[in-house]
Amino acid sequence: MVDSARDRAPAARQPARGESLAVRVVLIGIALAFVSLMLVLPLLSVFTEALRKGWDVYVAAIREPDAHSAIRLTLLVAAIAVPINVVTGVAGAWVIARFEFPGRNLLVSLIDLPFSVSPVITGLVYVLLFGAQGVFGTWLAYNDVQIIFAVPGIVLATIFVTFPFVCREILPIMQAQGSADEEAALTLGAGPWWMFFTITLPNIRWGLLYGVLLCNARAMGEFGAVSVVSGRIRGLTTTMPLHIEILYNEYNSVAAFAVASLLALLALLTLLAKALLEWRYADELAATRPL
Amino acid sequence: MHPRGHARRILPGFHLSLGITVTALSCIVLIPLAALVAKSASTGVGTFVEIATSPRTLAALRLSFGAALLAAMVNAVFGLLIAWILVRYDFPGRRLVDAIVDLPFAMPTAVAGIALAAIYAPNGIVGAVLDPYGIRVAYTPLGVAVALVFIGLPFVVRSVQPVLEELESELEEAAALLGANRLRVIWTVLLPPLLPALITGFVLAFARGVGEYGSVIFIAGNVPLVSEIAPLLIVIRLEQFDYAGAAVVGVLMLVLSFVLILGLNLFHASFRRSIGNG
Repeated sequence: MVDSARDRAPAARQPARGESLAVRVVLIGIALAFVSLMLVLPLLSVFTEALRKGWDVYVAAIREPDAHSAIRLTLLVAAIAVPINVVTGVAGAWVIARFEFPGRNLLVSLIDLPFSVSPVITGLVYVLLFGAQGVFGTWLAYNDVQIIFAVPGIVLATIFVTFPFVCREILPIMQAQGSADEEAALTLGAGPWWMFFTITLPNIRWGLLYGVLLCNARAMGEFGAVSVVSGRIRGLTTTMPLHIEILYNEYNSVAAFAVASLLALLALLTLLAKALLEWRYADELAATRPL
Repeated sequence: MHPRGHARRILPGFHLSLGITVTALSCIVLIPLAALVAKSASTGVGTFVEIATSPRTLAALRLSFGAALLAAMVNAVFGLLIAWILVRYDFPGRRLVDAIVDLPFAMPTAVAGIALAAIYAPNGIVGAVLDPYGIRVAYTPLGVAVALVFIGLPFVVRSVQPVLEELESELEEAAALLGANRLRVIWTVLLPPLLPALITGFVLAFARGVGEYGSVIFIAGNVPLVSEIAPLLIVIRLEQFDYAGAAVVGVLMLVLSFVLILGLNLFHASFRRSIGNG
């Protein structure tokens, strides 16, 4: 009956799916106004505030030594945290996508756990473990190892908050692709590592890149967890977000926004790369994969 | 523990990859979280209750959960609207809007925080417009909610969008042909299959909002009992070297969000069952 009705009235299909032009314009207008107010305006204001006193002041704020060491520390932390999360993320996705074992679903939930823990709690747990009054505090002090208020604590907290990113991005891809390619390679005599580097890795490369981008953006921008463990020793344990906070609290707003504008640029680059990848990656998935 | 299944047995690396994952997970995430629970358990019931029911703790928890709930509701409405126009309508700049929705995921929270504080301060672009009407956003609980709306928006849009894209148009067309007006079609045909995704987005935005710190503290004003969020209270307790106080607030936050999210998921599951096999 539906079929015959449809045959008789094909013209009725369009209006059924859509709203009138006036309703569309109003809905699009409301949505765009909301996006402009909530997202675009904050983004633009970072740059206008940073350049409020002119280009020279902006450049001076970025070239100042404390800003420099903050940039260096941020890059260092990301350079350690991101590769570690790539290894654990790929291993996690591999074991979850390719094997059935007891506790598999629990493992998926546990990998996602850092997303639902407040960054401040992340910092707190490391202070409770490694801080002066912490579980390992006395032992660490005795052996002269400093984790809290030092770079290792910042790295640990960053790994915690970025832990799920890589695994989450590549797990659905591995699951969708199945293991036929890999099994074929093994049957044809490839060793496990050969199979991994010639079949598995190329198959997941775009998803992996996507995960690395998001992981990196978060690693460089993490604030809450890092601020708890850092101790904010200027020039030593201040990452870029912490440096921004210090400058802002000293009412040095232009310098704070100048450093912030670098991170905002990183965010824009991440979004651009993400949009390009999504476009590219849709292509990849649509193409039938030759064996 | 051995992998099961005939076809999968030949794949290598089970023990290696499981070993890496479980070791990293335990060292980085699980053992540290256990330390938090152990610390708050070791404070003793009396102290725990005393810290948990102190007016400052209660006010901070109420603000964090209340503002996150309000922000998640705002995001449910506007996130659904944005997902709707992105999927259903074509307009100039659609792809740009689609890309910019992810900004809160990519933008560091501290950067968002100082930007929002600058905009909503009484002399800021938006603050100056609202100030004559006596509406203060920055340095009030309302500011906390505004920051959480910023942080939570993409969770709702990205949860709803794929489901909306997959929706078959047959039911919608049939309902319209049978004489239902557009609002009734939206209410009875379109909304029910979107609801699970909308709830998922709501829960994610809410969970993120409860724990959010960086984007909030610059705009909040941080007045104890008024605009002091729970994560900030943890930071303050830590700066006073009151580890037990910090741990108790941390555990309360974890338990409360866990219970709320579990409750919402249960509602979600029972809702799915009631419409699922029909």
